[in-house]
Amino acid sequence: MPLTKRIIPCLDVTEGRVVKGTKFLNLRDAGDAVELGAYYDEQGADELVFLDITASSDKRKILIDLVEKTGEQVFIPFTVGGGLRTVEDIKEILRAGADKVSLNTAAIKNPELIAEGAKMFGSQCIVTAIDAKRVHVNSPEAAKDKVVVKTGNTYCWWEVYINGGRTPTGKDAILWGEEASSIGSGEILLTSMDMDGVKEGYDLELTKSFSKRLDVPIIASGGAGNPQHIIDAFTLGKADAALAASIFHYNEYPIEVVKKECLKAGIPMRL
Amino acid sequence: MVFNIAIIDYEMGNLKSIYKCLKHLNIESIISDDSKNILNADGVILPGVGAFGDAMKHLKQKNLVPIIEQIVKNGTPLFGVCLGQQLLCSKSTEMGEHDGLDLIKGDVVKFDISKVDKVPQIGWNSVNFIDEEHFLLQGIPNNSYFYFVHSFYVVPKNKENVIGLTQYGDIDYSSIISKDNIIATQFHPEKSSKHGIKMYENFVDFCKK
Repeated sequence: MPLTKRIIPCLDVTEGRVVKGTKFLNLRDAGDAVELGAYYDEQGADELVFLDITASSDKRKILIDLVEKTGEQVFIPFTVGGGLRTVEDIKEILRAGADKVSLNTAAIKNPELIAEGAKMFGSQCIVTAIDAKRVHVNSPEAAKDKVVVKTGNTYCWWEVYINGGRTPTGKDAILWGEEASSIGSGEILLTSMDMDGVKEGYDLELTKSFSKRLDVPIIASGGAGNPQHIIDAFTLGKADAALAASIFHYNEYPIEVVKKECLKAGIPMRL
Repeated sequence: MVFNIAIIDYEMGNLKSIYKCLKHLNIESIISDDSKNILNADGVILPGVGAFGDAMKHLKQKNLVPIIEQIVKNGTPLFGVCLGQQLLCSKSTEMGEHDGLDLIKGDVVKFDISKVDKVPQIGWNSVNFIDEEHFLLQGIPNNSYFYFVHSFYVVPKNKENVIGLTQYGDIDYSSIISKDNIIATQFHPEKSSKHGIKMYENFVDFCKK
């Protein structure tokens, strides 16, 4: 049996609480991030991602406390991201018990952070999160310094956005992904801003383009609305892991159901 | 004295996650580099994440090599995890050639990228139990999945030391090895959900005997 593909629920948190509503009747407190994490572990999640969406340094203590407590109740790997800016920030989160950190805006502004983090703690715990949005062009010549991909009858490249998707950078997402992995990032958490929240499936062209060009595992994110979307991310998008939030939080498709569907489709899964 | 497990602290990797896993099982443990604590423990865990050469250097600096040899001689159960498993072997080719603790004969080698998809291997893979009777595997179904993060793997010299096998790409390798009172896994039981927790429970039960 080979290495399995991974299913990763993502929890947006602020001040230790899950932000998006949850519909688990059997939880005492569905907003409690630690309890929800433990519930997902029990349900068969392969990993967890906690994203601190307030991400302010003065609230860091609360995040650290959340990481500490998660480690006491969750026995699968978990990644923590949101507002980490320095090697000291990374160290604090890993020391508290996270297995990996996810770097986004700070890594674009200072790629050295990836290199330093990888050198100190190992590539396996440095995840680069990339928020990418399509830029449509008429021909590959229209964007010569970008990786232009043909999608249907048109062409596009993907631009990196930072600051929670608010600020375009002009940078090519694929080239940034290549740079990040070459300087030590062990994984890429790749979010399609076009598909995020739409629930019509992942941006498979984006995921596939990354998987083809990078040697590190790619976590597809943004757009999962049903199990078939997740299957597509693995088979067509060539992703190594699929991240989703709302389909799990609202219990539309429990993790076990998604995993069974994937297995039926011939995708190696841990059940 | 109360029952106690020592987790060897040599500044390599996240020791707390093993500590918390044992705590979840209501087992007291101590993270320590003090030879007295380690020698007096009922069971010892050698964890580790990072590079082989650095790890051996730290063990030597802290004068822990003879301590580990002594606990093995004493018959105290020793559990090597991830890099901790690799350190138990004779030598590794990670960034040069480094001698290991040589407590289980064998070499540590890197995944050949032409035979596997990606290096490091990150994620859940299954373990085929060679010795299903082994104490560590009691109550765990054969071919269960465990969480792996590694670029190197062990090649034991003697087949009788192999307890579990894992396939990655075209490579079959030893993911659980054992010799006398020593047991070691390449994967992280503390990150492998219920089957991993069960493994620590089995180890602790063995230490109590």
